[in-house]
Amino acid sequence: MIKNLLKSFKLTLAFCAFFGVFYVFVLWIFAFVFSPNKGNAEVVELNGKVIGAANIGQAFTQDIYFWGRPSRAGDGYDATSSAGSNKGPSNEEYLAEVKVRIDTFLLYHPYLKRDQVPAEMVTASASGLDPDISPKAAFVQAKRVADARGLPEEKVMALITENTEAPLLGLFGMAKVNVLKLNVSLDKAISRN
Amino acid sequence: MNTELLGVIAQIVLLLVLSYPLGKHIAKVYKDGSDWMRFMAPVEKFMYKICGINPEEEMNWKVFLKSLLVINIFWFFWGMILLVLQGYLPLNPDGNAGQTPDQAFNTCISFMVNCNLQHYSGESGLTYFTQLFVIMLFQFITAATGMAAMAGVMKAMAAKTTQTIGNFWKYLVISCTRILFPMSLIVGLILILQGVPMGFDGKMKVATLEGAEQLVSQGPTAAIVPIKQLGTNGGGYFGVNSSHPLENPTYLTNMLECWSILIIPMAMIFALGFYLKRKKLAYSIFGVMLFAYLAGVCLNVYQEMNGNPKISEMTIDQRCGSMEGKETRIGAAATALWSVTTTVTSNGSVNGMHDSLTPLSGMVAMLNMQINTWFGGVGVGFLNYYTFLIIAVFISGLMVGRTPEFLGKKIEAREMKIATIVALAHPFVILFFTALSSYIYAHHPGIVEAEGGWLNNPGYHGFSEMLYEYTSSSANNGSGFEGLGDNTWFWNFTCGLALIISRYLPIIGQVAIAGLLAQKKFIPESAGTLKTDTGTFAVMTFCVIVIVAALSFFPALSLGPIAEYFSL
Repeated sequence: MIKNLLKSFKLTLAFCAFFGVFYVFVLWIFAFVFSPNKGNAEVVELNGKVIGAANIGQAFTQDIYFWGRPSRAGDGYDATSSAGSNKGPSNEEYLAEVKVRIDTFLLYHPYLKRDQVPAEMVTASASGLDPDISPKAAFVQAKRVADARGLPEEKVMALITENTEAPLLGLFGMAKVNVLKLNVSLDKAISRN
Repeated sequence: MNTELLGVIAQIVLLLVLSYPLGKHIAKVYKDGSDWMRFMAPVEKFMYKICGINPEEEMNWKVFLKSLLVINIFWFFWGMILLVLQGYLPLNPDGNAGQTPDQAFNTCISFMVNCNLQHYSGESGLTYFTQLFVIMLFQFITAATGMAAMAGVMKAMAAKTTQTIGNFWKYLVISCTRILFPMSLIVGLILILQGVPMGFDGKMKVATLEGAEQLVSQGPTAAIVPIKQLGTNGGGYFGVNSSHPLENPTYLTNMLECWSILIIPMAMIFALGFYLKRKKLAYSIFGVMLFAYLAGVCLNVYQEMNGNPKISEMTIDQRCGSMEGKETRIGAAATALWSVTTTVTSNGSVNGMHDSLTPLSGMVAMLNMQINTWFGGVGVGFLNYYTFLIIAVFISGLMVGRTPEFLGKKIEAREMKIATIVALAHPFVILFFTALSSYIYAHHPGIVEAEGGWLNNPGYHGFSEMLYEYTSSSANNGSGFEGLGDNTWFWNFTCGLALIISRYLPIIGQVAIAGLLAQKKFIPESAGTLKTDTGTFAVMTFCVIVIVAALSFFPALSLGPIAEYFSL
């Protein structure tokens, strides 16, 4: 027993050195050299200023921006406490909340028919930090954003197409639009005018 | 064809294609060390030397189990001490506090038994130090413990008659250095290139486009995610596990991480075939498991892509599938695939919230863990199937009037008793604790109120939350219907108990059966021998598993997910 305990102790320390130090060190050096941002989360810049992490969604509420999905992380898009709603599909309270979200979405996009409201825009993401929406969910918002910015709708549509990321190799998964990057390119388009 | 479905098919094909060569590699590692990773031998020798281990020492099954249990007890104290004291230890740039003793008890047990049930959130409940030296360390070594047990059982099964089943310490070390380490390293490097963070800076502060302030938690994520997946651990770096966009940033990382869950459990079955030189037996076992897995995948992908009927009634556009608790870059189909993959193994990582799955998908996830024999955890997965093999051999032996034999060994009363206890302990633990918690919920609302109300959803779904939690604990899975307010004294304690019983009782029982059988006299195959590598016997085993395991849970499932399905 004592002999085994001593072996256990030494072996645990050996594993600490092998995994906790050696393995981690190799990955850390690799990340420092080859990753997009020296091992930290990749960032997006506008006019030389960091305005967000590329893969982390942000709360957008103003009419001049595209909106992301509803978030249950903290008070919304809190990147220190990721969380989903964990609401079950039959929960009445939750379904009532979805109805309110649909009505609100239609209020801000009065030109849409009810069956054009994408379900993803009225359901909370798993992490509460979902950085993406589908191209369809971006297109339905185009008119609102264009009107608020006084831009022609075609131009906003073109920006969405430009920011659409195709499925992996064009074959696997879904097309998506990174909301933050789309909004940044909107701001850039304005400053170009 | 729909690109979402193509993605699902591609992942399954990649698994099937690559598990075969990996199985060959694993068999070589345990058999004679002639694998291509043998350049690690000097490192291993150095480890044996400083730890005073003689790798050539042969152990009988009792000594083997004693070593296994002693090092596990040691890890318990190691983890408890570090978790409670983490606030005072280095590598804590965010200033997170130590865990409370009951939470540390639950965390420690759950990582020690390779379950990784998490009653805390990674961003605030751990420091970088404990993430690496408790969580990640345990993810490597407890996975290796399961693999070492499997190696011992394989050796016992391969021998004609033997007293010894190999050296536990050696199996533990080579599982780490020759299988888990190289695979984790490769996966880790790809994840880093895809944007998973790997650094030691604290939270990143950014001013958002709308002028608000956002803090972004980060850290050495890319070191933990690979072994979290490969070792069927499942304990996420961040609270929401692999649905977090830094833990799983692209569709490619999602495919890679999902692949990593199942690759070793699948390869283990092939490894068994190579090791025993009984490929046909391995194929028949693999076939049964694959059939059950694919059936679950089809049902869940269909359910999730079809959306929530209650939201369809609101006449909005739900062509994207049921997106509550899912991420856009991953999508409904890939989340459904993951929900089955993570529950047929004892992984338990998630890339979407299982609490928000449609009822039948949630049921498949639960049923997979309740049956707990399809692929399973690394190593221990096959061991669970082994229990049912023994029972199936015995029952079919009685049915056709032949002496029950498995691989040339007679199955007798003692082995059958152990197998039966192991097979029945799992449903007993799950149903007993679910009944207990339901009773308290219904009859002692005061206790429940004092603990914050427990449930996040009313009705049938609320019952499912409790059933899922104990199912996940007992299957050493670790996923959850996370709406359950489970960081309370009651849940930390009862789940901790379920975890211990369900990890060690089976592992002891299975190694004991293998050890006992190995000591028996070898009986050469004759015309009277029941063939165990045929399609008929595979179907027989499948039926035994469904009757014993699945039907025990049918009443409970009717009260939860099935009732909810019909209420929609």
